[in-house]
Amino acid sequence: MAGTGTTGGAPATPRAQQPREEWTGQVGFIIAAIGSAVGLGNIWRFPGVAYENGGGAFLVPYLVALLTAGIPILFLDYAIGHRFRGSAPTAFRRLARWLEGLGWFQVMICFVIALYYTAVVAWAVSFFVFSFDLRWGDDPAAFFTGDYLQLADPGVSLDFVPGVLIPLVAVWAVTIAVLAAGVARGVQRANTVFLPLLVLAFLVLVVRSLFLEGAADGLDALFTPDWAALGDANVWIAAYSQIFFSLSIAFGIMITYASYRRRRANLTTPGLVVAFSNSSFEILAGIGVFATLGFLAHEQGVGVGEIEGISGPILSFVTFPAIVSQMPGGPFFGALFFGSLAMAGFTSLLSILQVVSAGFQEKFGWSPRQASVRLGVVSAIVSVLLFSTTTGLIALDTADQWANNVGIVGSAVLMTVLVLWVLRRGPELRYHLNAVSTFRLGAWWQVLVAVLAPLVLGYMLVSRIVTLIADGYEGYPGWYLALVGWGTIAFIVLVALVLTAMRWRHSPDDFVAWPPYPPGDAEPGRPRPPSGGATGAAGTTRDTRAPGTAGAPGTPGTRGPADEEVAR
Amino acid sequence: MSASAVVLLVLAIVVVWGGLLAAILRLRARPERTEYPPGAEDDHREDTAPVERDT
Repeated sequence: MAGTGTTGGAPATPRAQQPREEWTGQVGFIIAAIGSAVGLGNIWRFPGVAYENGGGAFLVPYLVALLTAGIPILFLDYAIGHRFRGSAPTAFRRLARWLEGLGWFQVMICFVIALYYTAVVAWAVSFFVFSFDLRWGDDPAAFFTGDYLQLADPGVSLDFVPGVLIPLVAVWAVTIAVLAAGVARGVQRANTVFLPLLVLAFLVLVVRSLFLEGAADGLDALFTPDWAALGDANVWIAAYSQIFFSLSIAFGIMITYASYRRRRANLTTPGLVVAFSNSSFEILAGIGVFATLGFLAHEQGVGVGEIEGISGPILSFVTFPAIVSQMPGGPFFGALFFGSLAMAGFTSLLSILQVVSAGFQEKFGWSPRQASVRLGVVSAIVSVLLFSTTTGLIALDTADQWANNVGIVGSAVLMTVLVLWVLRRGPELRYHLNAVSTFRLGAWWQVLVAVLAPLVLGYMLVSRIVTLIADGYEGYPGWYLALVGWGTIAFIVLVALVLTAMRWRHSPDDFVAWPPYPPGDAEPGRPRPPSGGATGAAGTTRDTRAPGTAGAPGTPGTRGPADEEVAR
Repeated sequence: MSASAVVLLVLAIVVVWGGLLAAILRLRARPERTEYPPGAEDDHREDTAPVERDT
């Protein structure tokens, strides 16, 4: 662990003290956070999971999981990112120096996920184009794996598929451009465009789906409750998994996003808006997907229960194209669906890569543009090599299984156990959330994140590892799973260790968390602005300034005095 | 649709979308705290560019 740079009485470097990037305001943050949470999983995972785990009865474990694990862990991420004001490695290091490695573990999970998430967004973009002339023809399954992906047996291949390669490179180029523009002008602006567009497109799609023949049968299949399922522990685990993977929690995203809020910023109430928005979109997706599946069952003259391919990539790229082909006005419906899929994936992809970019910016003193271009080009090359070849789908499926179920769940277990059990920082983080937020958290929050979350997530982690070791995955060869599955985890851990050991360009350690904890402990030895400790109510006037009026780029000479003036 | 499916469809919408509406209304009623602990100089910048590059 590299302890570098200035600590103690030495003044901090100017660069380290530079103001942080910032969302333009509360709404900007909320939109970006919703854009991150609403992703592919909302559209292609939730409906199938709900259907297979009790139908309407799934609502009970789902809501319980949302309230007892999803929202509390979301708040934990917010608290760490906002209090310690940094990307995951910076924030964890400021929490406790030896915890920096956990931050890099999260960064590397995001790096790996971004490599294949981009590929899925590229597929969605391709299928958006294919929708207009229904290019998949009469056999979408053969088209997807054969004509489009040109799928080969599991292995390592360098046979590139131009139809995937070109959109993949395009998605990377756009992503790099957005990230290079920074948090407010890039990430937030992209979300401000794409999230409303996504909601609108998806609403039109859902309304259309409700008027299809057989839509009621689809909804009947999804919502008819199987109350006996509530006695099955696996149904509850499925609910906790769905909530956990859907909310973008515990792998650095919400830590990074919260760090771009100003210090005096409401956290918990916006968090509730984000969490319920995510679930609202899932319910909407459930209605849209199953109404459409009901139409397919009606067309085929079978029951909804007999339809296969109701979740994941197969739902999106095989089942939906088949439905679109049979539907009056199919091209329009297909364009809405694949456009929604691409936009939902893209806004989530931005958040995943912002975690990586922010980590490198802070450790190596890179600007957003440098980080975006350097990391983006490297990632794009790796992504193209791995996922635009004839073995891309299998590599993607395998890496996804391990990165999520071992990587993210492991990260969550480590985070809750280390921060709350070992370091016992729960009271401090709860104090922080309550000091800046309008929705107060009681001691129950600590119980949920310190006891319930690690228990449920720990069980999920151990049982999945046992299954993966004992049964393998999808019948792929053992050597392949060792290389691409466990190899992914080994790669994440190894690179995280190397990055942790490297020197910081500017030490992040000369940092005082605000508000001081325990309350009243003002640390008199620390430098403060002349009137900083006594601004009190006057200080709040700073928060009313119009976004962009203070500290705008291009006004370097005025920054210092302007800020002091505001502080007065 | 069966009666139980309709009930659960409505319930899901009311609870989840209602939860969203309640959260939004709560945020609109009180977007920020009126009082904070003292201190907290704002160390943000509005956007990306490192200042020394702009001159």
